[in-house]
Amino acid sequence: MVKKFGKWFYAGLIYVFMYLPIVVLIIYSFNDSRYRGNWEGFTLRWYAELIKDRSIMDALKNTILIAVISSFGATVLGTMAAIGIFAMKPKVRNFMVDLTYLPVTYPEIVIGVSLLALYVGIGLPLGFWSIVLSHITFCVPFVVIAVLPKLYQLNPNLEEAAMDLGATPSQAFWKVILPEIMPGVMTGMLLSFTLSLDDFLISFFTTGSGVNTLAIKIYSMTKVGVTPKINALTTIIFVTILTLLLVIQGREKKVEK
Amino acid sequence: MEKKKQGLAIPYIAWTVIFSIVPLIIILVYSFCERTPYGDIVFKFTTENYVKFFQPIYLKVLWRSVVLAVSSTLACLLIGYPMAWIIARAGDRARNFMVMLFVLPLWTNFLLRTYAWMGLLRENGFFNQLLMAIGLIHQPLKMLYTDGAVMVGMVYNFLPFMVLPIYSVLVKMDQGHIDAANDLGADPKQTFLRVILPLSFPGIVSGIIMVFMPALSTFIISDLLGGGQTMMLGNLIQNQFLSARNWQFGSAISSVMIVMVLITTLISGKYRGEGSEMLW
Amino acid sequence: MKTRVTLALAVLALAVLLTAGCGKQAVVNVYNWGDYMDPAVLEAFEKETKIKVIYDVYSTNEELLAKLKAGGTNYDVVIPSTNMLEVFLAQDLISEIDLSKIPNFKNLDPQFTNLESDPGNKYSVPYFWGTIGILYNAKAIGTEIDSWRAMFDPKYSGKIIMFDSVRDTIGVTLKMLGYSLNSTDPAQLSEVEQLLIKQKPLLHSYTVDAYEDPLLAGDALLSMAWSGDAFKVISENPDFKYILPKEGTNVWVDSMSIPKSAKNKEAAYKFIDFILKPEIGAQLAQYLGYSTPNKAAQALLPEGIRDNKVIYPDGNVFELNDIQVDIKEATELYDRIWTEIKSN
Repeated sequence: MVKKFGKWFYAGLIYVFMYLPIVVLIIYSFNDSRYRGNWEGFTLRWYAELIKDRSIMDALKNTILIAVISSFGATVLGTMAAIGIFAMKPKVRNFMVDLTYLPVTYPEIVIGVSLLALYVGIGLPLGFWSIVLSHITFCVPFVVIAVLPKLYQLNPNLEEAAMDLGATPSQAFWKVILPEIMPGVMTGMLLSFTLSLDDFLISFFTTGSGVNTLAIKIYSMTKVGVTPKINALTTIIFVTILTLLLVIQGREKKVEK
Repeated sequence: MEKKKQGLAIPYIAWTVIFSIVPLIIILVYSFCERTPYGDIVFKFTTENYVKFFQPIYLKVLWRSVVLAVSSTLACLLIGYPMAWIIARAGDRARNFMVMLFVLPLWTNFLLRTYAWMGLLRENGFFNQLLMAIGLIHQPLKMLYTDGAVMVGMVYNFLPFMVLPIYSVLVKMDQGHIDAANDLGADPKQTFLRVILPLSFPGIVSGIIMVFMPALSTFIISDLLGGGQTMMLGNLIQNQFLSARNWQFGSAISSVMIVMVLITTLISGKYRGEGSEMLW
Repeated sequence: MKTRVTLALAVLALAVLLTAGCGKQAVVNVYNWGDYMDPAVLEAFEKETKIKVIYDVYSTNEELLAKLKAGGTNYDVVIPSTNMLEVFLAQDLISEIDLSKIPNFKNLDPQFTNLESDPGNKYSVPYFWGTIGILYNAKAIGTEIDSWRAMFDPKYSGKIIMFDSVRDTIGVTLKMLGYSLNSTDPAQLSEVEQLLIKQKPLLHSYTVDAYEDPLLAGDALLSMAWSGDAFKVISENPDFKYILPKEGTNVWVDSMSIPKSAKNKEAAYKFIDFILKPEIGAQLAQYLGYSTPNKAAQALLPEGIRDNKVIYPDGNVFELNDIQVDIKEATELYDRIWTEIKSN
């Protein structure tokens, strides 16, 4: 009992740690001042101004589209790669793993600058798709690194057993292997999505005219101060996702009962 | 069969060559180039950029960054492992929800999150007021603009990158192993050290790599939460590209960093050996 | 055979027609600092000229430089700071401007045209200008502050904010010592280095983008500040005061230029001319809080702004103050000093 309480207390503490800044951020979206230093009274004006701001809405749309497409792309590419690498001889496999770590070690600015040079060099038009390509590039290693441990955990006889029972190789993969490594795949996708949403430098360098993401807009505001409109936007997105999660969770609980 | 499977890695290999190896070559080339007063790249061979980096002042920056990145990674591991365990052992339904709840805060903008931390840690901020209200301190503590604040920022931002890989390994761990250890009379401590920890090692390694790298090259966290008062490797690199117009030097620092990290990986690769594939 | 040729020609004609149809909506690609433009001004421009504005943002001059240098983009109007203009010109990135296509150029204050960085305004047209001064909490400090020396006064230990920006922080310290903002003299710079290292324990923080919050929250008392930001803080809390130190300071001018790679030069001229309209200049000045180089626009501003001596100082602004110029080779020296200060 005590042990159980301790466990939940610990988890609770970590969640408080994760959510405290978000609470602060949400509170400031109602602050009647463009600064975060002082509380000047409750207002909804940032929300009203946000709805009128067409460019922020455009950037939001781009940000979400890019994050969805590139995390999906990275997950497919990375999962395939992990399975392929796992099937290799240990020596080659180790080399491939080292190769996978390589881009993770690059500082972001280096990726941004060198990809820009690369795209211009090969004549790839800069814009939405060049950002997607860049995002897939820095997300893939994370997927590979997340999926590989799951493959090592896999019972090597599992696939054979499935095939002995008459499954085709592809059936064995979809019905037996994939469900087993799914937590790793989901982890990789989640990490990719998170990384993509937040990336500023690489997106900045690889975008063309007319395509902005939220991160580009927010970082460029630092010369004049980030407007609380962004806090308002964050609040809306955050509350929406949280409600959705809670609803789904509530439903599942009911089904269980 | 295995051959066919290996083929699945081909698109990835091609991708890596185009988008990771080629940029690396570009950086290496830059790092050996001379510059004009305006920062233009002159394709004339020089080692000056490397020589410059191995001066005490820059090595000091390197050392401090490594220390801070290592401590943040350790902190993430110590805080994150129990969390990953708790999530992995939660009920089937609760688990996914807990994971999502854990990552969700990071879907807000990084800069806004960091500003929010500044608000929490500042002199008249939440933590100081809380501590004063419960009478633990009487004078506000200096929390913001310390190495501690930078570490809090790093742990906050990188914790999920530690927890998720460990979680995904723990969640599929065979309960049978644990039960067997218990049946054989191992006490919980032994079970953990002898069975659970070794089995979760691949996740730990993934986590360490995913946290250590960004911690080493971050610059915004140290700028904002450290008050810009200490120069980190990330800031140094950033400055070369975005204010000193010295891409050559920036590329040289980056190359040194990449090589350092690769050597570490290779050495650990030797130790992981052929037989013990769990450690890859 | 003949039918094939006819067919091919027909397809070609159709393609030309289609692309022409697409190109009918004229556009102008504007690349500016983030939040450095009133969206209403863009809308007014679109309405008046029927030219669509595609508006993008960057956050440092160097980012702009990197993008223009790499190519692959086609911006029609960019707005670098004048101190970087030389670098852009040296790399042949900016095209010459035909002033006869910008009739509203006459509205500009002659102080800000014909600058050293661009004699005869062959490449740049001023957009906005401003200063770096000291923003301080006059109520809490109690005395008047008129010198950069205050930023080095142990009395304010822990309450001082300096810019996390090499040129700006070293520059104002040089001014304090009576040297040029653009000094590259190693002896003078080493003097500055010693002072800044000694100042470090007195600092609240180094920052360029997060000084308003600690000031308003009372965590810091005085800070280097951009003039536009300063007036926004003052309008939030009148206890604050913004001054230009008696030793002089850094005056910066951002100006509009047309890159060599621009595809819509005519639209770019129209855009620049539109920005220079008196009523547009006044609208922008009120939105941004910075000083307009547009004499005619200044006259339209409300009293209290147009005659504010801190926003629009009397006489020649450049007599006491310096404008940054590029320091070329010395960039490395500055970077080294900065690293030295930061890692001390």
